[in-house]
Amino acid sequence: MRYLVENAGYVGTLLAQHLWLTAVSLAIALAVALPVGLLAARRPRVRGGVLGVLGVIYTIPSLALFVLLIPFLGLGLRPAVLALVAYAQVILVRNITVGLLGVDPAAVEAARGMGMTSWQRFARVELPLAMPVILAGVRIAVLAIIGIGTIAAFINAGGLGVLLFTGVAQGHADKIIAGAAATSGLALAANALLRRVELAATALASGEGR
Amino acid sequence: MLHAALQYALANQAAFWHAAGVHVRLSVAALAIGCLLCVPLGVYVARRRLLAPQVLAVVGGLRVVPSLAILFLAVPYLGLGFLPALVALTILACPPVLINTEAAFRGVDPAVVEAARGMGMDARQVLWRVEVPLATPVVVAGVRTAAVDVFASATLAAFIGGGGLGDFIARGFALFDPAIMLVGAIPVAVLTLGAEAVLAGVQRLLERRAQAA
Repeated sequence: MRYLVENAGYVGTLLAQHLWLTAVSLAIALAVALPVGLLAARRPRVRGGVLGVLGVIYTIPSLALFVLLIPFLGLGLRPAVLALVAYAQVILVRNITVGLLGVDPAAVEAARGMGMTSWQRFARVELPLAMPVILAGVRIAVLAIIGIGTIAAFINAGGLGVLLFTGVAQGHADKIIAGAAATSGLALAANALLRRVELAATALASGEGR
Repeated sequence: MLHAALQYALANQAAFWHAAGVHVRLSVAALAIGCLLCVPLGVYVARRRLLAPQVLAVVGGLRVVPSLAILFLAVPYLGLGFLPALVALTILACPPVLINTEAAFRGVDPAVVEAARGMGMDARQVLWRVEVPLATPVVVAGVRTAAVDVFASATLAAFIGGGGLGDFIARGFALFDPAIMLVGAIPVAVLTLGAEAVLAGVQRLLERRAQAA
């Protein structure tokens, strides 16, 4: 633990890299997953195929996927972000689909009866009601990205995983413990924070927040 | 590059099969020990309503910790080699098995258990003839999640001296030769997908049997 205190600046830089990697990957993953999830919710035949393919990608070990991307994208942030976006897809698309399918058809029908257009029904009725399930997906995706993101240090994408890899390479026990503490701390903090957001969205969706 | 990878694998067949063997042994042993510890613990916790939330909170927290941290944290305490890798992978296998076992046994319909008691079954018969068959598909689903985690993370064992197919990835990286890395990466991906497919099949089979019973 002394390592963390004595090298606070360095650890801070790695933490910032890790957060940046997580934020970029999550933003791209969400931008892709929202239309795909919407399509999967509307078309049952698309759903099975899309979730099947994404499930297979999710099963590929991350270190193997990073390595397989090296011939095409080289080292660094780009292959790391691509792999993290791919892993987050299955979680996000599944939860967006399940969330939208779980919306009470009566609520959508009522909105139609009030004269809402299909876009208004989606943005003002379906999406808010599906939000708790979608946010649960975001939380799990963020945890997966943070966890797999530590392995991305192997292909020079930076982040807190650097402490773990260099610590083991140098046989520096304090550095390994610092790396494990920092990555676990980040994951546990992200989990706690996103849980709160999830609970707030659930309260809002059930009408308590208005 | 695939051609170069195949050439390397053929030129180093003994090393390749040895690494693949270590990878499978390490993963299967970690899963087996994880199941032996966590299935009974899960059944026990499912019967203790007051204890369950605390145990599940600890295990849930453990599940959030990145696998690389769990694996590399073994080094300062246990050193390098097969044993630290085995211990770390076993810890990694535990959360999904425990969480699913607890949920499976808690989810058995109390009316079914009551009916079995009414038929004159004792506690042991209720467990083995009623609860176990009904809960097994969900337990196997947890083992399946754990298997994917363990087979994939066993690749990282190479970095802590545990051997396995990750050795080729580490060696290829050190020599700046992507072809050698593929010799590790492709079989690891195939192995993990295979383990997941086999356990998915077992799960479906058990689900059908539980429904028929």
